[in-house]
Amino acid sequence: MIHATALAREFHTKRGKEKSVVTAVAGVDIDVAEGEIVGFLGPNGAGKTTTLRMLTTLLQPTSGSATVAGFDLATEPVKVRQNIGYVSQSGSTSGSALAGLEVVDHGMLYGISKTQATARARQLFDQLDLDGLWDRPAKTLSGGQRRRLDIAMGLVHDPKLVFLDEPTTGLDPQARANLWTHISDLREKLGSTVFLTTHYLDEADALCDRVMVIDHGTIVASDTPDALKRQVSGDLVTLSVGSETDVAAAATTLAAIATSEVTTDALVVSARVLDGGKSMPDLLRALDKAKVEVTSIESRRPTLDDVFLTLTGRSLRESE
Amino acid sequence: MFFRDTFIVFRRQLRIALREPAWIVIGLLQPVLYLALFGPLLEPLAGQLGATNAYTLFVPGLIVQLAIFGALFVGFGLIGEWRDGVIEAERVTPASRTALLLGRVLKDVLQIFVQGGILIGLGFAFGLRGSIGGMLVGFALALVLSVAVAATGYALGLTLKSEDSLAAVANGVTLPVLLLSGILLPMTIAPQWLQTLSDFVPIKHIVQGIRDLFRGDFLTTGVAWGIAWTVILVIAGLWVGTRTFRRQNA
Ligand SMILES: Nc1ncnc2c1ncn2[C@@H]1O[C@H](COP(=O)(O)OP(=O)(O)OP(=O)(O)O)[C@@H](O)[C@H]1O
Ligand SMILES: [Mg+2]
Repeated sequence: MIHATALAREFHTKRGKEKSVVTAVAGVDIDVAEGEIVGFLGPNGAGKTTTLRMLTTLLQPTSGSATVAGFDLATEPVKVRQNIGYVSQSGSTSGSALAGLEVVDHGMLYGISKTQATARARQLFDQLDLDGLWDRPAKTLSGGQRRRLDIAMGLVHDPKLVFLDEPTTGLDPQARANLWTHISDLREKLGSTVFLTTHYLDEADALCDRVMVIDHGTIVASDTPDALKRQVSGDLVTLSVGSETDVAAAATTLAAIATSEVTTDALVVSARVLDGGKSMPDLLRALDKAKVEVTSIESRRPTLDDVFLTLTGRSLRESE
Repeated sequence: MFFRDTFIVFRRQLRIALREPAWIVIGLLQPVLYLALFGPLLEPLAGQLGATNAYTLFVPGLIVQLAIFGALFVGFGLIGEWRDGVIEAERVTPASRTALLLGRVLKDVLQIFVQGGILIGLGFAFGLRGSIGGMLVGFALALVLSVAVAATGYALGLTLKSEDSLAAVANGVTLPVLLLSGILLPMTIAPQWLQTLSDFVPIKHIVQGIRDLFRGDFLTTGVAWGIAWTVILVIAGLWVGTRTFRRQNA
């Protein structure tokens, strides 16, 4: 569905007389198969939107090439546009226009008939919990409703490839869960391929077959969420001890089974341990033997945040 | 496909405009005030200005003013749409880029057609008399001019993407053009240097041509120049407009 080779984009900005070059995307290779749901995960400014805008023909790449939905980006942009849907990060409807008609008009620009566009738009309004908002000016919708209107815009023509740029920002948990179901349904019922960007690890985890992690315009990993999490060797075991005198002993005991370096922070000692749950009883016995007074102990499965930290040395949350 | 796309964009723009009809009235306010409050001053001067009916001089100027002002400021609306993400949403569809421009321009021309019709009707109430055929041709010329100006206005809006810069450019252009094209008073009464200067302003020739037409003089050099300049401007305007809409990253 998507096959991009060394796709790159630079921006030239002028700050007064000073010219500077921003490399937003530094040559990415992307391969997405038909029917896949792929997540593009990265912190602010990583280059997600820029990549999406290149793949949707909105922005000319500085270098590199790509075929999208079977057509070459550079030579057949109109064919590409006919076969994709795009939900931008920042909205797509005019505040003074009526919500329903915005979606119908958008569908008609894809060449589908008015009847068909209206029927599909009504259906999407229903599925995305926008009932009763058809005749409302878009500016009177709440933030989350307007976001769902954007999504209806991108899906009205039943594209076989959908690009969603942070589709769930501004949605409440229930609307978010509803949208996840909807996105999964796109594949189950229509056989669509979905390429979405997100900051939310749980979203990538729950929704995507495959996650590409992008940072500073470079893809640093691409794998299933589970395989990515396996890259982080072991679960994070964190234990708190009662007094400072116990810290050293606790650290030594933990180090014996740890797969990573042991870190201490005041009375808290932590390290990665293979299969944290299973090794917990042994660990507790060892700690007891060493006369360490443990006040709490916790074992946590690796998250995508940990993956990100391992891959880039930075926390995804920190950078937001 | 191209005509269908144009029509879809046109209909959408019209629908949005009709939701705020106040703007159509506000756009008319200025020329109507000129007609009502400045027109009567010209009546006793008509003879000195070389006309038998003061309004065949004055109404053409007001129509051109309407066409220029009404159309140049369309860029503001476009910047708003761009900010809302509408332009990008339209550009991601397979619709022809030229249709995205033309649909909008057509709505502006329709608006100026309605406003100009009202203005000419009011002109009759004030005492405008002349050749009906000439008025129709002259009005058509002004509408073609508005195509040129609207296309340029959209190109400017999409290039500048800032209301402040657009306001500066629009004001910087309209005031000298207004003063030098003899919209309020014909340039024939100007001193020689001012006349020479105004010869460089295409709009002056168009106003002149429309005045001749309103009087019923079809075969004058004034009409020929007016038509020539209108054609040149509309080609240039559409060229700049489509180029801007076609350019990637716009
Ligand atoms: N039009 C532009 N001109 C100059 N720089 C730009 C432009 N668009 C993007 N950039 C820069 O390119 C980099 C990547 O931006 P991009 O919008 O792709 O990030 P992102 O991953 O989508 O971030 P976010 O999570 O905040 O949406 C940023 O440093 C940004 O400042
Ligand atoms: Mg982004």
